[in-house]
Amino acid sequence: MAAKISYADVEAGTELPAQSFPVTRATLVRYAGASGDFNPIHWNEKFATEVGLPDVIAHGMFTMAEAVRVVTDWVGDPGAVVEYGVRFTKPVVVPNDDKGALIEVSAKVAAKLDDNRVRVDLVAVSEGQKVLGMSRAVVQLA
Amino acid sequence: MALDQSFVGRTYPPTAPYEVGREKIREFAAAVGDENPAYTDREAARALGHSDVIAPPTFAFTITFKAAEQVTQDPQLGLDYSRVVHREQRFAYVRPLRAGDRLSVTSTIEAIKSLAGNDILDVRGDVHDESGELVVTAWTKLVARAAEEA
Repeated sequence: MAAKISYADVEAGTELPAQSFPVTRATLVRYAGASGDFNPIHWNEKFATEVGLPDVIAHGMFTMAEAVRVVTDWVGDPGAVVEYGVRFTKPVVVPNDDKGALIEVSAKVAAKLDDNRVRVDLVAVSEGQKVLGMSRAVVQLA
Repeated sequence: MALDQSFVGRTYPPTAPYEVGREKIREFAAAVGDENPAYTDREAARALGHSDVIAPPTFAFTITFKAAEQVTQDPQLGLDYSRVVHREQRFAYVRPLRAGDRLSVTSTIEAIKSLAGNDILDVRGDVHDESGELVVTAWTKLVARAAEEA
């Protein structure tokens, strides 16, 4: 593994560069195809509202995939992610327009662990609501 | 109706091998807008110490989620999948998935709980490569929401 970030250069509290990820209906169709998750709540408004959702929502796994990019872009090597877990707390609602929704992700080093590993805590927000809870990654640094 | 607790600890037979394709990795990385060259450029992946292009961390779910259908569609378990939501997901990686891997998943029911009429199901998927080495473990928590009173 070849992380670009050195363990010695990182302290608990170090912030990773925050990023925002846009998501439109077209994004969701593309993700459905790539992931094989064709649940209609991610593309069919009528179906989504019938099961009690406000509108079409993004795949939780899409949001999870975007959030970890803050970590993989920072560390350079995506293979340096040793553990990654999230709780899906609120759906990312994706309106049927060309603007869609925005997933805003920030992260910081929460703890330095043994063996040059650190725990990174992530915060993902859409429309002012936290969409992921307990979002944490353990990363192997150089 | 609450799910049968006797299913806790049940392990399902390993799935037929899934071969990780480099174009499938490319498609997945493009779908999440991730331009990290480790996903598409073998030389860039090698420069990071990998033998071939690797898959994004959450790619593993596309394999474990299909494998977990053995559990979620098990007629004996009787989960109402139309009411299921994905509540939590966690991965522990031994190494990243890479192009050419032939992976088999063994799904195990780790826990079944009933809370306010909701059924909560914890499924662990152990992903092994062709040589039998563990590559990644995925923990998936699903909740089948209580049906409304008729």
